[in-house]
Amino acid sequence: MDTFAVQVLNSLFYASTLFLIASGLTLIYGVMRIVNLAHGNLFAIGAYVTAWAVGLAAGHLPAGALYLLLPAGAFAAAALGAVLEPTLLRPLYQRPEEYQLLITFGLLLILEDAMHLLWGPYPLSPGILSDVLGSSSILGSTYPNYNLLVIGVGFLAAGFLWAFVYKTNFGVILRATSQDRRMASALGVNVKRVYVQAFTLGCFMAGLGGAIISPISGAVLGMGVDALILAFVVVVIGGLGSLEGALVGSIIVGFVRTLGITYFAEIELAILYLIAAAVLLVRPAGLFGRP
Amino acid sequence: MTRSPLLAGALSPWRALAYAAPVALLMLVIPYVAAPYDTILLSYGLISAIAALGFNLLLGYTGLLSFGHSAYFGVGAYAVAFMVKYLHITSMELFLLGGVAATAVVTALFGYICVRYTRIFFSILTLALSQVLWSLAFKFFWVTGGTDGLRVPTPRLLGGMVRELAGPAEAKVAFLSYRYYYYVLVVFFLCVAVMWVIVHSPFGKALQAIRDNETRAEFVGVQVRRYRLVAFLVSGTFTGLAGALWVPLNGLTTPDILYWPFSGEIVFFTVLGGFRTFSGPIIGAVVFNYLKTYAVGYTVYWQLVLGVVLVVLVLTMPAGIVGTLSQLRLRLRRTS
Repeated sequence: MDTFAVQVLNSLFYASTLFLIASGLTLIYGVMRIVNLAHGNLFAIGAYVTAWAVGLAAGHLPAGALYLLLPAGAFAAAALGAVLEPTLLRPLYQRPEEYQLLITFGLLLILEDAMHLLWGPYPLSPGILSDVLGSSSILGSTYPNYNLLVIGVGFLAAGFLWAFVYKTNFGVILRATSQDRRMASALGVNVKRVYVQAFTLGCFMAGLGGAIISPISGAVLGMGVDALILAFVVVVIGGLGSLEGALVGSIIVGFVRTLGITYFAEIELAILYLIAAAVLLVRPAGLFGRP
Repeated sequence: MTRSPLLAGALSPWRALAYAAPVALLMLVIPYVAAPYDTILLSYGLISAIAALGFNLLLGYTGLLSFGHSAYFGVGAYAVAFMVKYLHITSMELFLLGGVAATAVVTALFGYICVRYTRIFFSILTLALSQVLWSLAFKFFWVTGGTDGLRVPTPRLLGGMVRELAGPAEAKVAFLSYRYYYYVLVVFFLCVAVMWVIVHSPFGKALQAIRDNETRAEFVGVQVRRYRLVAFLVSGTFTGLAGALWVPLNGLTTPDILYWPFSGEIVFFTVLGGFRTFSGPIIGAVVFNYLKTYAVGYTVYWQLVLGVVLVVLVLTMPAGIVGTLSQLRLRLRRTS
């Protein structure tokens, strides 16, 4: 029974990181109809910036204050997003969507090596952040407190994002623009600005995912590409462009991964892709997507 | 959406031959004038070109962007590696047959699933399915060798009529830069000829009709889904054939060629050359191979170089090398 509790927590832990990445991807697609292949690399940037900032400050600041640096990665990714959208993506909106996919693929290659160039080939880890929290006993087994924090942040982020999109004025504009760009524009919405904001928010979520996971898994080269693929699986299952879908998809993928690692390690990834393909066959737009 | 007028004014077969013949002659003498290393590099380029030709039947002619063509390249390559490992076959012709048969089966299955969708969903589904194969190749190391991959020794060409050279490494280089180069060249020309016939046949025209307007194509009686499936099958099989040709040249197959960034590279060289033209993918594949090889040799940050090239290309030259050259020629003709 005790291992069961740990497995549920592990699943939720995976799910909350996945949700942070996938929600950004799905938000950007939902509003702008762009599948950002570089999204995983923005997640990696979040991890690198946080690991780097904490590494610089460690020893000079008390451990509690280091937690203030945790969101650094999220803000760095958001800032990068705010620069990238007007410079690289905006010139392409009138072109066939192949070009948008291609330019984000080019961006993926650039960011991959930019991180290599900036932070070198070795992994960085702000592990001190997870160490200071210790662990607690849950139903007879010990579980790291930091992982509980990650689960909490994931669900808080889901709540905030939901409130943001469905309860605020900005959310109304966002949804209107995603439904019909030209109509929104005719009604006086500054579509250019909405696009920058949506892209920046999406990048912020990815960066937050990277920042929060870095004390556990470190910042490693290649983590972006792996994360992107898992985020794809999540949004394909849940439906591209749907926040609820991202949440449900993350939870499904989180649980399947935990089960996979324990019981069928060899085909864990294959199973995930097969689930995604099966969902697409039955519901082409995903569980919560609109076709 | 802007359509370039290039395909409208397509070359007649005889004009095309007039362009192709000098290039073909030049390629025939290359092993005598170029260093073995450069000849082998050109072989890689030609093999990539076969893959790109296949890929472009979907992207350029049918309007479907596959982000999973690494799967078919990989199936061709792994089929050969398995034939070596488990059946101890050494004949190159059997390799090609086996590679083509294996990819035809896989593409028929994947295609059946994928052609129900278009646009971004098609791209994502092809990507997801290709990753199933990658993760299997990656995890089942006792079958596929995992990340170590499987070795493929020098094959026998034409049932031993062209003798393989046993022995030191120089002999292998000589074999690859001379006999194997000509072998690749012949297969390449055959593939170009077959693809030329396909895209200029009524079938090829129907695919272009589907690309330009699916609804209209359906109204004039084109069975859209069946045509897409056949295009998918042909496209994947060409790429699989390229994979089968590639393994003996590389000597090793690893899961990297199944991983989706390699699909991105296939897209890259097609766009580099220009996917709205017939010759674009060929030129793009050869140029990309030199570009990548020199970037890798010059700096560890070669991905950065390639990424910048791709971004600049998309922003400034969306028609690719061949497309841009043709547009320039048209403009010159108009002003003169």
